[in-house]
Amino acid sequence: MVVNTERVDITVTEREIVTSGEVPTALPDGPLAAVLLAAGIGAFALGLITTIAEASAGFRDRLVLNAGVGPLSGKTIWATVIFVVAWAVLAARLRNRDGLLRSATTIFVVLTVLGLLGTFPIFFQAFAPE
Amino acid sequence: MQLTNRELWTLIHGMGLGALFLLAFGGGLAGFYSLRPEWLTTAGIRERIARLDVGTVVMAVVAWLTVITGTWIVYPWYRARPPEGATELEAYPRYFLLANEHLAGWHEFGMEWKEHVAWIAPYLATAVAFGAVYYGRRLAYEPAVRRLLMWVFIAAFAVAGIAGLFGALITKAAPIL
Repeated sequence: MVVNTERVDITVTEREIVTSGEVPTALPDGPLAAVLLAAGIGAFALGLITTIAEASAGFRDRLVLNAGVGPLSGKTIWATVIFVVAWAVLAARLRNRDGLLRSATTIFVVLTVLGLLGTFPIFFQAFAPE
Repeated sequence: MQLTNRELWTLIHGMGLGALFLLAFGGGLAGFYSLRPEWLTTAGIRERIARLDVGTVVMAVVAWLTVITGTWIVYPWYRARPPEGATELEAYPRYFLLANEHLAGWHEFGMEWKEHVAWIAPYLATAVAFGAVYYGRRLAYEPAVRRLLMWVFIAAFAVAGIAGLFGALITKAAPIL
């Protein structure tokens, strides 16, 4: 049986410790609340536009901004415009506000779930005229 | 051996950007999960934050590029209308699927879901990327914010995953030629 008798020197160095002076200062949560709310509003807008487009042929026709892409062009462009505008407006209003994250998260989750529902075919196709 | 223009774009949309998205998600998720001050040194936090910023920003950019190429380049080929009276519909995937009773569900459910839900992914991914960049190193000391961003990040990936999965399955049933 071969036994490895090679001697290995192990040097233990002191672990760098995070001191309180190195901890970055707290930031207001308003800017994050703004982008989360905007994402929820964008998702909700997409679901709402998709469902209304299914229910109304006239509305669907007005969403055709490009013949090749069809109504999807208007649905996605308008939802994205709403997301960007909502972000810009909310970012300006909530820039220095703090303590909003809990309520913003709740609203974001509700809007996003509604947006997911509105883009789910079994849901929005139920609004199609007979 | 060659690729047509359409095959090249479907490859860029599905596999090129899809693979990048997956890579960015893996890096970002590992970054969020391990960003804990009790596990890291000051230098470690700096290094993790740089990787997290890259992972989340790349994922957001890739999410936007994927939906834009999918909607504005690939989708018009999918929904192109065949000439009046055409019976060979293989070059017109949407109409080919709808003409076959056992394949129609791929359009009526699969494509209808994919083409809409995919657009939610870039909104979510953008919010996460902004949050990661905005908080920077402070994120390591804000466990609630870190967990929130991680779950939104996972939601963005799940939404994109639905779209990607249906994209792959629909392409199997009716490829864009």
